[in-house]
Amino acid sequence: MSHSISSPTSLNRRTLLMGSMGLLTGAAAFRFPTPAIAQSVPLKVGLMLPYSGTFAKLGKFIDDGMRLYVEQNGGSLGGRRIEFVQVDDESKPESATDNMNRLVGREKVDVVVGTVHSGVAMAMVKVARDTNTMLIIPNAGVNEATGPLCAPNIFRTSFSNWQVCHPMGKVMFDAGHRNVATITWRYAAGTQMIDAFKEGFTKAGGKIADDLALPFPEVEFQALIARIATLKPDAMFAFFAGGGAVKFVKDYAAAGLNKSIPLYGAGFLTDGTIQAQGADAAGIKTTLHYADDLDLPANKRFLEAFKAKTGNDGDIYAVQGYDAGALLKSGLEAVKGDWSARAAVVEAMRGAKFDSPRGPVSFNKANNPVQNVYLREVRNGRNEMISIAGTAVDDPARGCRVQA
Amino acid sequence: MDALTFGVQLLNGVQYGLLLFLVAAGLTLVFGILGVINLAHGAFYMLGAYFAYWISAHTGSFAAALVGGVAISFLLGLVLEELFVKRLYGRDHLAQVLLSFGLILVIDEVRQMLFGKDVHSVAPPAWLQGSIQLTDVLSYPVYRLALCVVCLAAAGAIFYVIQRTRLGMIIRAGAENRDMTRALGIPFDLVNKYVFAGGIALAALGGILVSPISTVFPGMGDGMLILSFVVVVLGGIGSVAGAAIGALMIGLTDTFGKVFFPQVSSILIYVLMAGVLLWRPNGLLGKKEA
Repeated sequence: MSHSISSPTSLNRRTLLMGSMGLLTGAAAFRFPTPAIAQSVPLKVGLMLPYSGTFAKLGKFIDDGMRLYVEQNGGSLGGRRIEFVQVDDESKPESATDNMNRLVGREKVDVVVGTVHSGVAMAMVKVARDTNTMLIIPNAGVNEATGPLCAPNIFRTSFSNWQVCHPMGKVMFDAGHRNVATITWRYAAGTQMIDAFKEGFTKAGGKIADDLALPFPEVEFQALIARIATLKPDAMFAFFAGGGAVKFVKDYAAAGLNKSIPLYGAGFLTDGTIQAQGADAAGIKTTLHYADDLDLPANKRFLEAFKAKTGNDGDIYAVQGYDAGALLKSGLEAVKGDWSARAAVVEAMRGAKFDSPRGPVSFNKANNPVQNVYLREVRNGRNEMISIAGTAVDDPARGCRVQA
Repeated sequence: MDALTFGVQLLNGVQYGLLLFLVAAGLTLVFGILGVINLAHGAFYMLGAYFAYWISAHTGSFAAALVGGVAISFLLGLVLEELFVKRLYGRDHLAQVLLSFGLILVIDEVRQMLFGKDVHSVAPPAWLQGSIQLTDVLSYPVYRLALCVVCLAAAGAIFYVIQRTRLGMIIRAGAENRDMTRALGIPFDLVNKYVFAGGIALAALGGILVSPISTVFPGMGDGMLILSFVVVVLGGIGSVAGAAIGALMIGLTDTFGKVFFPQVSSILIYVLMAGVLLWRPNGLLGKKEA
């Protein structure tokens, strides 16, 4: 033993230290399998979300939704107390790897929940794959996360870009539109959404008049709006979000195009932006996995509880955070709080089926939610549901191979 | 492309160019006359738009927003000049960059505290809300046409002040030779204050005018700052006429670039800038460095 050659004083201290260490390890090894001790150590959940910047509001709603779920369950899921660690990812892909490593390495969290921005999410997926950390994505829709980069430890409670746009193809064809032009920002999310819509639309038998695009996040649409007027398609399909979505919808209406060329889009065109768009948004039809007036008992209960907790009206982001809690609970309950039984946790989470405020949710082999996609129309300043555009829509998970 | 569509796109390009000029004019004045690089110019543009939102939401009047927003920004400019900027005249550009970058952060944070993070929109005055039918499906908002007129008027006013008034004479003299102007007993330091505040007010005016056709959102000044710098560098630093020509070139290049070469439209204005700088390293109307 090394301490036998040390000086007597330090020998005492070391023996003491080593002894106590041994006692701790022994105790842990001895009592580990029993749920009682597992419950006493809280499960550390790392929330890596945008708490500042453009997506700050989205980040806050996801955070509130997740905390609401845990509160409703008395602060613990599957008998295990939940402890949160927050990191502001600022929606900056360049610092995403550092932030994720901080949560995994320094904070030693058991599971990471994040994030909104797809670029940041991609960096998180890479770290999660390298370190085999459990990751739950509560928003970013980038197809790859549950496609080529899928892994048993990477889950999503939101949507894939493909999933929310593909059903619109058939909807627009059935509405009698044969010749449709698209417009978006030229970046990953925009391209994936437009491609999914085109896939659905051309499969139904429609023809694409032209694909218009401008650099992200530019908002000078006037030249392209004049171009749309020249093209005169039967209808437009658009993807924009945030400030760009507001400006596009207003410019489109100001040019009078909304009277002759109906505007359709991915749900983000009118979600969280509808107040600022005002009357100019009236009549826009979009597809998303949620609608403001979704007439489901689970949704009503959720909206009521969310309003009581935060004073805000819940939205899809809050639902996605809420469901991240539900998914975590499914995993923890199956193993009675013993998070180290990873294989059983993954199996339980993938098999999870719950009654989400958005409707029934289950998971596919790539851990992406299988869910209804709704057709909504802007009426009375709300995204009101018209019909179900696709029941139990399942992302094809292209390129996803490994799934133990 | 038929003549009508071409005309519409031409109008789009000119209108965009005029707006760019309005914002860039303030930057080139501050840069050329005071020798101060003001990175916070875009932040004041954003602030102007938020003032427009806030004042018009409370008073219901866009005219009040216009007058109030410009006045507040001008006063803000005077205060900032007195407190910070005047210490930086003649200092090296790095110090100015640091200060104005700090100002961006402070302005963003204050904006967040006062107005939050949401996206807002501003209603144009009622008598400008209509639009003119141009083709069977396309109409042109009257507000955009009015915007062209206001920008032209503002451009005219800037030229008049600089070329035809005593104040303009002092400004031009100071830009030519600061020390000589001071030595002649001309109150150039007082003029500095007004030039800086005027530059800020122009940025805010741009933000206010654009708020009804754009939206008001947190990062709106960032893109505008970069474009303004492109305009200033293209036209020649400190030259208001150069900024006007540069802004129109950028506006037209951007608009027609999006129509004819959509795949490369985002780099066209920078290609234009690089081309012009190869041909005239000091910009179109820039002075030769001594």
